[in-house]
Amino acid sequence: MKHTIYILVENHAGVLSKITGLFSRRAFNIESLAVGVTTDVNVSRITVVADGDEYVAEQIKKQLNKLIPVLEVKILKENSYISRELALIKVKSNTGNRIEIMKIAELMDAKVIDVSVNTITLQIADTVDNLETLTNLLKPYGIKEMVRTGTVAIEKGSNFAK
Amino acid sequence: MISGAEIMVKCLEQENVEILFGYPGAAICPFYDALMDSPIKHILVRQEQNSVHAASGYARSVSKPGVCVATSGPGATNLITGIATAYMDSIPIIAITGQVRSDLIGRDVFQEADITGACEPFVKHSYLVKNTEDLPRVFKEAFYIATTGRPGPVLIDVPVDIQTNKIDKFVYPKKADIPGYKPSVQGHIKQIEKSVALIQSASRPVICAGGGVLTSGSKLKLVEFATKTGIPVVSTMMGIGVMPTENPLYLGMLGSHGKGVANRAIHEADVIMLCGARVGDRAVASPDQLSAHSKIIHIDIDPAEIGKNVEVTVPIVGDMKNVINKINDTIGDYHVPHMWADTTERWKKELFRTAPRFEGCVEPRSFIAKLSEMLPNKSILVADVGQNQIWCANNFRIKEGRFLTTGGMGTMGYSVPAAVGAKFARPDREVVVVCGDGSFQMGMNELGTIAQNHLNVKIIIMRNDRLGMVRELQKNLYHQRYTATFLDEEAPDFMKIAEAYNIDSAYATSNEEAEKYAKQMIESDKSFVLVCRVSPDTPSI
Repeated sequence: MKHTIYILVENHAGVLSKITGLFSRRAFNIESLAVGVTTDVNVSRITVVADGDEYVAEQIKKQLNKLIPVLEVKILKENSYISRELALIKVKSNTGNRIEIMKIAELMDAKVIDVSVNTITLQIADTVDNLETLTNLLKPYGIKEMVRTGTVAIEKGSNFAK
Repeated sequence: MISGAEIMVKCLEQENVEILFGYPGAAICPFYDALMDSPIKHILVRQEQNSVHAASGYARSVSKPGVCVATSGPGATNLITGIATAYMDSIPIIAITGQVRSDLIGRDVFQEADITGACEPFVKHSYLVKNTEDLPRVFKEAFYIATTGRPGPVLIDVPVDIQTNKIDKFVYPKKADIPGYKPSVQGHIKQIEKSVALIQSASRPVICAGGGVLTSGSKLKLVEFATKTGIPVVSTMMGIGVMPTENPLYLGMLGSHGKGVANRAIHEADVIMLCGARVGDRAVASPDQLSAHSKIIHIDIDPAEIGKNVEVTVPIVGDMKNVINKINDTIGDYHVPHMWADTTERWKKELFRTAPRFEGCVEPRSFIAKLSEMLPNKSILVADVGQNQIWCANNFRIKEGRFLTTGGMGTMGYSVPAAVGAKFARPDREVVVVCGDGSFQMGMNELGTIAQNHLNVKIIIMRNDRLGMVRELQKNLYHQRYTATFLDEEAPDFMKIAEAYNIDSAYATSNEEAEKYAKQMIESDKSFVLVCRVSPDTPSI
């Protein structure tokens, strides 16, 4: 089962390695990880998507809480949050299929951000499901390169991180 | 103006540190230089790993953090095993390391090692100090973190230029303010009420006491609770000493190497109170079985331990002392049903058996039992790792003293340096090491520290010329294919080694001799090495 977890940490050098080190030594699998500063420059927010059962999720939370620079850990409940991921996808393309690919992009709410004689690069910021739909649609043309940010998530409604 | 090194020393003075165990080197020289002007005593160990074990023995004997110091690179990496040992056993340690100049970090210069990186999995927290101004805050936080909540080692890595840089003045913070570190110590009152109700409904309750009971200083409170309610007590290896062995309620150590009666009690219990015990695999091999037939109350300061190894009915996060006090206050006049009390008492008697003897050998288990009668009540016994540890855990009859060993990490070579630390902490108490000939050879360089400081440490070496515990494993599980467990016949001569350090010694080949020499040893106010010939076929249990 996949869990989306956000972690607020003190914005110090070395904190990220403490977090990732903990995941690896406790044998917790990370599916994706995204880090960025929050409105408070001293605090960074890490979003982790991890795989494991309830026991693993509980352990992740407790072990993370033991790390001194960790300020808050929250495992987001299913359907209680909105998550997005950004991907940049470079696809093989030529004058023959360029319009076709642009149509797919339009359909999937992706943006064309670069074009060359034999490639076209798209940007999509959407749910992981839609990212996968887009990549499936682009596969037949030949995906040359893809880069993803990892999922970020925010709670719905008036709940917010401290 | 004041240098970083002087600040470091002042911080230690502010924390009432009286003694450091360490080993110098170029990158920590400014600190050592500043230390000369301080009343803090420095004890030169013979290898850095031993400085942590000594600090651990010290910390456990006086309930203060132990402090150890090493230089950068190999000095620092030698600390790792010691730090990992202290981490597993939850011992408050401040480890200070020198580091290469901050502008050279990352360039692989002479004696550079990323020690904060390397120690990451084994420290409660670590600091690589980047500014001299940060030193007072870092030290304040380090001592606070190491000694509160679940204690553990904290590493402070200080580049040599941070030690030599000068700042205007030294101001030590009054308190540490760490936003991400607020240990909960009180224990949730609703949970405590639930636990009391559960105990009151129990017909076969058992207390399982771990190292946390000793660390939190709640030993006497727990004894009071057990005595009042008549609930029998088993302990983990780290919990040995929570109760005198002779107390009728105490059933001994549980686990794969523990007492049958302790295991039987815990497996037949309907309510188990886990007190500062983490249900490690050596204590409870199959925790699922426990939770299947009994309800479990788990009291621990570390929330991450609750539910980690065993499913729990009532979790209580808090300091044992607070929690047991509140339970004591609310338990009323509950008393264990007499059936259960009588049963466990009967088991305890049944399981007393005499061990077989081997010709020309000391029978170590009966000797250790005898030794405990001969030693003063408050003696500190330091057991190493291997068969000697199990012999001690099951046969040393503890009274008001301490039993120090590494239960979590099981680090061979712990006993001699830990005894050095314990003796500096409690010069008034008899400190006795029991080790094997394998483990002794991992820590015997500390005879140098013992001799140089004229310490009175008694060392008993159980000599079977083997790595006994591994050999036992090979005997039982590897079809007696003995490999790499033979340490050479009668070599080295430990009496000659003792003599080289000007330490008295004796060699015993029977229990009568061993007892005679033990008497001499205890009467002497100097160190003593007693070598006991034991049979390789003496089992651990």
